[in-house]
This record gives sequence, structure tokens and C-alpha cells, in this order.
Amino acid sequence: MARRHRMHSTLAVAVAAATALAGCTGGGGGSAKDDPTADVNITFWHGWSAESEVAAIQQNVDAFEKEHPNIHVKIVGNITDDKINQALRAGGSNAPDVVSSFTTDNVGQFCRSNVFADLAPFLEKSGIDAESTFPKPLLEYTQFEGDRCTLPLLSDAYGLYYNKDAFAEVGITEPPKTLSEFEADAVKLTKAKGDSFERLGFMPNFHGYESTASHYVSQWGPTYFDAEGKSTIATDPAFKAMFDWQKAFVEKMGGYAKLEKYRSTFGDEFGPKNPFMTGQVAMAMDGEWRAGMLDDAGVKFDYGVAPFPVPDDQADTYGKGYLSGTIIGIANTSSKQNAAWELVKYLTTDTAAVVSFANVIHNIPSTNAALESPDLKTDDAVKTFIGIAQHPDSNTTPASPNGGAYQLTVQDVGYAYESGKLKDLQKGLDAAAKQIDTDIAQAK
Amino acid sequence: MAADTYRRRERVRTLLFLSPWLLGTGLFFLYPLASTVYFSFMKYDGFSAPTYDGLDNWVYVFRDYAFFWPALRNTLWLVLVMVTLRVIFGLSLGLLVTKVKTGAGLLRTVLYIPFLAPPVAATMAFAFLLNPGTGPVNSILGKLGLPEPGWFNDPTWSKPALTLLALWGVGDVMVIFMAALLDVSKEQYEAASLDGAGAWSRFRFITLPNIRPIVVFSVVTGVIQTMQYYTQPIVAGKVASGVIGGSGQQFEPGYPEKSTLTLPQLVYNLGFQRFDTGSACVIALVLFAISMAFTALIMRRNAGLVGEP
Repeated sequence: MARRHRMHSTLAVAVAAATALAGCTGGGGGSAKDDPTADVNITFWHGWSAESEVAAIQQNVDAFEKEHPNIHVKIVGNITDDKINQALRAGGSNAPDVVSSFTTDNVGQFCRSNVFADLAPFLEKSGIDAESTFPKPLLEYTQFEGDRCTLPLLSDAYGLYYNKDAFAEVGITEPPKTLSEFEADAVKLTKAKGDSFERLGFMPNFHGYESTASHYVSQWGPTYFDAEGKSTIATDPAFKAMFDWQKAFVEKMGGYAKLEKYRSTFGDEFGPKNPFMTGQVAMAMDGEWRAGMLDDAGVKFDYGVAPFPVPDDQADTYGKGYLSGTIIGIANTSSKQNAAWELVKYLTTDTAAVVSFANVIHNIPSTNAALESPDLKTDDAVKTFIGIAQHPDSNTTPASPNGGAYQLTVQDVGYAYESGKLKDLQKGLDAAAKQIDTDIAQAK
Repeated sequence: MAADTYRRRERVRTLLFLSPWLLGTGLFFLYPLASTVYFSFMKYDGFSAPTYDGLDNWVYVFRDYAFFWPALRNTLWLVLVMVTLRVIFGLSLGLLVTKVKTGAGLLRTVLYIPFLAPPVAATMAFAFLLNPGTGPVNSILGKLGLPEPGWFNDPTWSKPALTLLALWGVGDVMVIFMAALLDVSKEQYEAASLDGAGAWSRFRFITLPNIRPIVVFSVVTGVIQTMQYYTQPIVAGKVASGVIGGSGQQFEPGYPEKSTLTLPQLVYNLGFQRFDTGSACVIALVLFAISMAFTALIMRRNAGLVGEP
């Protein structure tokens, strides 16, 4: 009898523990009960590590604490995605309440598994209309299947950097707008040296740093998935057109092997030996942060920024580009979600906070109001990227349940096709689409 | 009755003496192994509660996961080529440093030091030396009129380049062989010489039988290390591809063209980047099975770690 009693007690404890554990991952959203006006400490994890970036985020948090003297924010910087994943899995008192990440690809998993709280009820409670507050592509990569578990915290736009001195040297007066103009300019800007190059007009290979398949194909306005979530890379003509264009361009610039050998002379993408900064390439596809790096490095040439050229048959969409950015969310394990929301709301929607942060770290503001703000430092480069961010045809890569795996599968088609290993592009795309569907089915 | 009590006490005492080992093995081997088997049959993303998934993870890894077979082929290539060459090279260097009369201490130090270099730094240095565009190795090869391989940028040469890196840091194997070689009785060599045995015969019939347990040990530990080979191919791939991470970049594992993919990379890729703990556990179990199979085969064929009577 006593034994049965003990069994019942054990069962009861187990059920209670299971219920409590379920509560750890289930609740959140607008049901958070903590009092945001009470004295509270919250922890904010972010990935920025450069001195100026860390100072900028500290400045914003200081301003937040001034407005909310009852909320004390402990900032932890230089956090990688691996650490974020571990902390969100483990929870506990040292786990973060507010988390930001550079990897938009993981949003699908964060939303689907409820590790980030649903922010829709918080937005509603605060009377914020996400649709009118944030640009459309940014809203897309911060949600998954209708679950808004993150918000954009600044954004990145990709455009064309060009060396004005090199342009002048060969008599090019303005940046190319269509891909045929772009190819002609790239050839014109190329200077041979022996069996290699003294200067390359543009490095078209997919390993040329930011010249990835997903960045290129955004100029064609692609659709990655249909309404059922099935891959459309084999059926959307954008992908075939992009791969065929890139392959022909590679041949025009000297061929894959020659370009790869030249590419191996490039320095680190984010260091001072970046090939655009050293003058090894005269044009490069890159994000808005490169302008800050060029200015900080004091390069010896004059540079310009323009939207990346578009296919000739889409010349009327010139000005668009690929968008991405940093995301921010609230850990579902947090017991202080209302207080955490106050910080998220401030960092993502307060125009002054968004503008000052964007000004310091050379990113693009992530709200429509901040994009129009007179306080935004707008030199020519920033103006160009703001234009790309606001362009109605600018687009991004959608969130998926297995991170960015589908982008790597698309990229693999590109590697095989540009090197000549893949002869039948359509066959490669069919296989890749099937692989993407299989991988996503496995992740669900 | 007294005998029973005595036996019981003996059993308790034995268990107490064994308890540190039992605890360690249970906590750090049996429990993780059982968990890995358990999760290999579960759908588990690391966040939500795991749910039973039958053989789906196994089917996915063996039939549908595009990276598995290339990674398995690469891992087996490295086991066969890299481990074999490391043992031969380590033994050769061991023989060299035991024969050298003057400057032996300096030579041993010089040959051992590369093993102490941190793997990331060593790999980056090799990637620099073997850079097809700017590296000194290809520059010299070019001046000599020899072919200039693409090394870490070429799928044909990436694994040989990793093998070169492993041979450069062969100091650990060399030291073990050196100790074993110094332990071989000099009288045996003298007797063989008096019988007219040449250098090869002395090596074949005296040295090898004496150091056979060390050869087996080196092969077994080499196989296990290769099954855990992660850092060097990842770093070499990142440096050579130019994608070193940051700003949310997608890193292509196995650059170039999956040629440096290894099974441990897949465990990390699936488990931590694609949130598929179940499939990662399947690959971990494949690694475990291969390691055990290789070890059992080598031990059986060589009668374990016991030398000739």
C-alpha cells in the first residue's frame, strides 16, 4: 500500500514537473504577466563586437534606461548563433531575455519551435501596426508562416560599389543599369597581366564574397517556395536565367579556372585586403557596411555606390536589391517578457534610437519613419542604400524551418554549373528542388 | 551464514573500488551512447519536446541527405591514406632520430614542435603557404617548371593538402615510435648482424615484431582521431573559400565541392545549424560503429596490444 502511495506521489511529481516544463516553452506572447513598471533586471544578448558598435548599442540602452528607470539592462555582446541556440535550449536564470542575431535564416526555426515569444500580441497591446512601421521585405524575414517572433533591428541592403578612378580611366561616365551594360563595363575595366589580371572589372564567381546565388537572383525577383511550401527553384525562370547569365559572364571574364586562381589572391572579405579596397577588382557587389570600411581605411581612390544592375528585360525595376539584416526577439523562457518587450519596442521602433544606431554602425534603418528621418546621416552611399531598401521590388530570402540549408542547395547548383561539372542546368535545378523539399520535410 | 556475509562484503568492496570507473563510464560513455541511440529515433530540434519518429532519421541520412555519402567517402579516404602515411612517416622519423648521433636533441625538438601548434593556426599557415595564387609553394613549383596544384581550392588536391598538414604535425607518432625503438634490445641486433642479416632483415625480423603493439596502437588511435577530424578541414575550407563567417553568412561545408566534408562536420551541421538532432545522432552512431569496426579488425588481426612472445 505504502509502495503504491509512493508510486502515486512520484507520478504526481512527474506530472507536475512535466506541466511546469511545458509551461516553460508554451506560454509567452501577450499572456506575459510580469509588471513592466516594477523594478526589474533583464539581459540583452547581441552579436556586435567592434568598439564603435558596442558603444552605439550601449548608448541606445542608456537612453532606454533613462526613459524606463525601473528596467535595468545587462548587455552581453559578441554572442554567436551557437551560443544563442544553447542558451535558448537551456533556459535558466543566466539565459537572455532579449536576443538579437545577424542570422535571419534561423527565424523559421525560432518561430516554429516557440523559442521566441510571439510578438504580435505585444505589438497589438502597444498599438503598433507592423505593416506600416517596417518595410515589407524586412517583415518577411522576421516571421515564419504568420508567426511574428522577431522584429528587424536595422537592415542591410546590397548594391554595386564601383571605383570612380578606374571608371574615368577607361571612359565610363556612369554606373551600369542593366546587366548587358554591366558586362561591357566589367570587360572594359579589366586589365590583363601575364596569364592573370592586374585588375578585374568584376569577380563573377559565386565565391567572390557577396556575389552569391541568392544575392544575384534577387535582381530577377525570384520566388523560392509556392503556397504549399514546395521549392520553386526549378520552375521559377528567375533561377535558370540567373545561372545562365552568370555562367556566360564567367566565360566572358576569362573562364572559371582563371578567375578562381585570381580569386585565391584576394584577402579577407572583412579585412583591409578586400579586393575592392586593394583595387584588384573595379566593381563589387556588397552591403552598405562596406562604405564605412572604405572611409575608415582611407582608400586612395574615389568610389561610388549604385543599385546592382538588373536584367535587360526588367530595366524598369532598376533600383532594387537584396535586403537582409539583424533580428531581435524575446526568449520564451523569459519571465520578464513585458519588460523585455519595452526594450525591444524601443530599439526597433523608436525613430531616434533606430536612426542614431544606424548612423554609428553604417547600417540601414529598419523602420519607414527612420528612413525618412532628417537626422539620418545621408551621404551619397547611404542615400543609395536607403533607395534600395525602399524600392518596392527589393526582396529577400524567406525563412525556412531548417535555417539557410535551402540557400546552400541553390548555391551548390551554382558551384557545379559555373565550374562546368553540371552540364544540364534544368536537371540540376530539378534535383536541387527535390533535395530542398526533402530537407524541409525532414525538418518539419 | 558467515561465508555469505563475507561474500556480500567482498562484492560491496569490489563495487566500491570499481565505482569511480563505473561512474565515469556510465556518465560519460554509456549514458551519452544510450541517449544518442534514443534520439536517433526521435524528431528533436533541441527546443521542442522530442517525438518518436521511427526510422525516418536513418532513412533520411542514408537515402536522402546529400552530404552523407561524400562525407563518408572522404572520412574513409582519410582513414586509409592519412592514417597509413602518418604511421609510416612517424615510424621513419622515429628511426631517424634514434640513429642520429649528433644534434639528436635539436632534431627531435624541431620535428616534434609542429605537433604543438594549435590546429587553427597551423591550418591557416598551410592555407597561406599553399595558396595557389600567392603562396610560396606554388611559386617555387612554378619556377621549377612543375605543375602548380590548387591545393585547398581544388577538390582533387584538398585531401592531399590536409594529409600534408597532418604529416607536418606527426611529432606525436614519432615520439611514441622513438620510445618503442629505443626499447628494442641491442643484443638482438648484434646477434642478427653476426648472422649476416642486412639492414632490411634486421628491421623486418627484429624491429617490426618488437614494436608491433605500438604500430597497432598508432593505427587505432589514428583511426579514432580521423573519425573526429573536424577543425582542420573546416578552417581550410573557410580560408580557401574566403567565407570566414560573420554578418550572417552561409558557410559552405566541405569546400571545395564537398571534398573536405567529414562526418563530424555533419554532426555539427545537422545538430546545431539545421536543428536536426535526430539525424545528427544517426551520423554519430555511424562514426561509433566505424570506429569500433576498424578497431576490432585491427586488434583481431594483430592479437591486440601484446607483442610477440
